[in-house]
Amino acid sequence: MNLLNKFKDPKLCLNILEQIKSDLQEEFRFMEVCGTHTVAIFQSGIRSLLPEKIIHLSGPGCPVCVTHDREIAAYLALSEKNLVIATFGDLIKVPGPGGKNLKMAQAEGAIINIVYSAFDALQMAMENPDRKVVFLGVGFETTAPTVAAVIKMAKEQEVRNFFVLTMHKLVPPALKALAADKEIRVDGLLLPGHVSTIIGLEPYKFLAEEYNMPSVIGGFEPLDILQSILIMIRQKNESRAVVVNNYKRVVSDQGNTRAMEVMHDVFEVSDALWRGLGTIPDSGLVLRKEYSDFDASLVFDQELPEVEEVVGCKCGEVLKGLISPDNCPLFDTRCTPAKPVGPCMVSTEGSCAAYHKYRL
Amino acid sequence: MCLAIPMEIKSIEDNVARVEVGGVKSQVRLDIIDEPAEVGDFVIVHAGFALRRIDRVEGLETLKLFQEGLGLELIK
Ligand code: SF4
Repeated sequence: MNLLNKFKDPKLCLNILEQIKSDLQEEFRFMEVCGTHTVAIFQSGIRSLLPEKIIHLSGPGCPVCVTHDREIAAYLALSEKNLVIATFGDLIKVPGPGGKNLKMAQAEGAIINIVYSAFDALQMAMENPDRKVVFLGVGFETTAPTVAAVIKMAKEQEVRNFFVLTMHKLVPPALKALAADKEIRVDGLLLPGHVSTIIGLEPYKFLAEEYNMPSVIGGFEPLDILQSILIMIRQKNESRAVVVNNYKRVVSDQGNTRAMEVMHDVFEVSDALWRGLGTIPDSGLVLRKEYSDFDASLVFDQELPEVEEVVGCKCGEVLKGLISPDNCPLFDTRCTPAKPVGPCMVSTEGSCAAYHKYRL
Repeated sequence: MCLAIPMEIKSIEDNVARVEVGGVKSQVRLDIIDEPAEVGDFVIVHAGFALRRIDRVEGLETLKLFQEGLGLELIK
């Protein structure tokens, strides 16, 4: 039996769906904070099967969508400094101030290379010793340890032409900011499976203890998602909140301690700027002093430029779950995946793009 | 962007594993996986690195609970 296929089993899914329907008492608003969940919930059709009283909100779960205009401006400025920019493909079309993106920078002569792994960027640097390669470090706890591991390798091998612009962000502090925000109405949080693979259960405990928020670490198959929703609803019905690990086959309660060690060896926690959410304390990662030779912002003296916000884009409110994408006046008019105004429309995992593609 | 997919390890050499899923072949680094992975294991792969071994026993256990209609028991 293929274990993974079993988690798509329609019979089991319908069974859970029935239980959801019978347990649901009142409107239930759940937020997921993982782009993969966003896509999975739309793609699997779960969204259309759920009772209308269950409201799905996509929070700040896509690293591309939460990358701030000022960060985009910073890497666009770096691309003009005769460096080789290595980036995940996700960033290529993200519009920054004035609508400019890396693709346009490339057309103007910047050298931009898409890589699949930070390791590929390091190899690129080693193969081209006369060029300076800057890797754009975006991503949450899932990605940050991979980048940290590569920076460690670069130090060990004394590679002098490899640098990282770190824009990494941490999920729990953002959840704290959301949970503390009185404006936001969320009854339960579907916690991101792959981030949790790294950080485990502990960093979320405050959600239950301090904010009484039902929170479930969930996988990405239909059965995983439905079951996580059911657990959240039952917690709410019982007026209690616990953080549940409902993705045990991939997430251990203590997380991946080795990956976290590597991450904290190389990076230290600092405040970070989130698109739409502003500065969140202790929610980002910067390079430690021992690794400052690899810090692109220091080496190339690249601060975060002051920029004007993109007018009309409501990504911020979408990411907080305050409005749904089709409430944005630009949605599907001036802003489409082919010509995106904001980052939520660019990334395939962004709420606006998912809405555009799968809207019912 | 945090997309991570399960792939099967076909061979391991030093810190690099050859992995495969549905005919797609790739190479992943094992520098940050928390427990030693072996040929035949499924691992969660993200950005060129294996993050974790998938625990078959836990997976089967979860399913069994479902099939017995004991979903609630998963709440601990
Ligand atoms: S539809 Fe476009 S402009 Fe509106 S919030 Fe989404 S990304 Fe921003």
